[in-house]
Amino acid sequence: MTNQPLSSSNPRVDLEYRRKKNAEEMRHQVISFSIMIFLTFIAFAAVAAKGFTAWFIIPFILLLAVVQVIFQLFYFMHMSHEGHEAPSMFLFTGVFMAFVIVLTFMTIIWW
Amino acid sequence: MQAEEKFTYETWPASPERATLEAKNKFLGFWLFLGGETVLFASLFATYLALKDKVPDSTHALAKDIFDLPLTLVATMLLLTSSLTSVYAMYHMKNFAFKKMMVWLGVTVLLGFGFLGSEIYEFNHYVHEYHHTFTSSAFSSAFYTLVGFHGAHVTFGLAWIISLMIRNSKRGLNLYNAPKFYVASLYWHFIDVVWVFIFTVVYLMGMVG
Repeated sequence: MTNQPLSSSNPRVDLEYRRKKNAEEMRHQVISFSIMIFLTFIAFAAVAAKGFTAWFIIPFILLLAVVQVIFQLFYFMHMSHEGHEAPSMFLFTGVFMAFVIVLTFMTIIWW
Repeated sequence: MQAEEKFTYETWPASPERATLEAKNKFLGFWLFLGGETVLFASLFATYLALKDKVPDSTHALAKDIFDLPLTLVATMLLLTSSLTSVYAMYHMKNFAFKKMMVWLGVTVLLGFGFLGSEIYEFNHYVHEYHHTFTSSAFSSAFYTLVGFHGAHVTFGLAWIISLMIRNSKRGLNLYNAPKFYVASLYWHFIDVVWVFIFTVVYLMGMVG
């Protein structure tokens, strides 16, 4: 059994530790989910309220979306775990390109 | 570790999604694909933002006329919850609980169908109530391409997860199929990531004006 620790005479030590760690991680996932739901409701409420100007609301809801996506990527998609160096490079290159594409289309297209 | 090896609750590795060479390659390749998907959706978002409310005359409906806040909220909640249920599925996968994983994947699929149903209702409503069809204006083409492309991803994701569930229904968990389930769940989360920007940029910003 390659995945058992050699330093302990009890082969179940590592197993119990891993189960506990998994359960703790799952609790963190549920907390992340609650925060994401909360951010979604704030964004919808800000638009439904109709009392704010577009100059405030648009950057505000975009910020909420970015925070929510960070939770999704780092917790739900496990990017906070080790061994995600190459995935981070791929994704952030994509995000950089995305930023440039959106900026370009919004500044050079006119009618 | 071999992909064909039989595992038990005790011998199941801590990171089955990256335990074999094939799994490592799959993991890396899939993230490269997600980076590419980001760029692809960015081009659709950029097109939509450039063409938003660009209609030939005043008889055409604009973004603020057609979007409906409660329907968007329902769709968002369905997809966001399905993202959590697929996290639950992967939690059980790591604990070698095959049946529990299948149950949570099943819940994910049901929520995904709920989302798809709300989107079909929505598109049908736009076509019949506002004559907002794919070819009616630059705005409508950009809108249906962006949101429809996301809907196509949801459809593909559902087909993917269902095929995995059927193919592996009698196999149980091993290092051959654990990376497949993991990668499918990553795809499902990515669909939700894209939706977060769609509901913010298309629907909420559309209603603000």
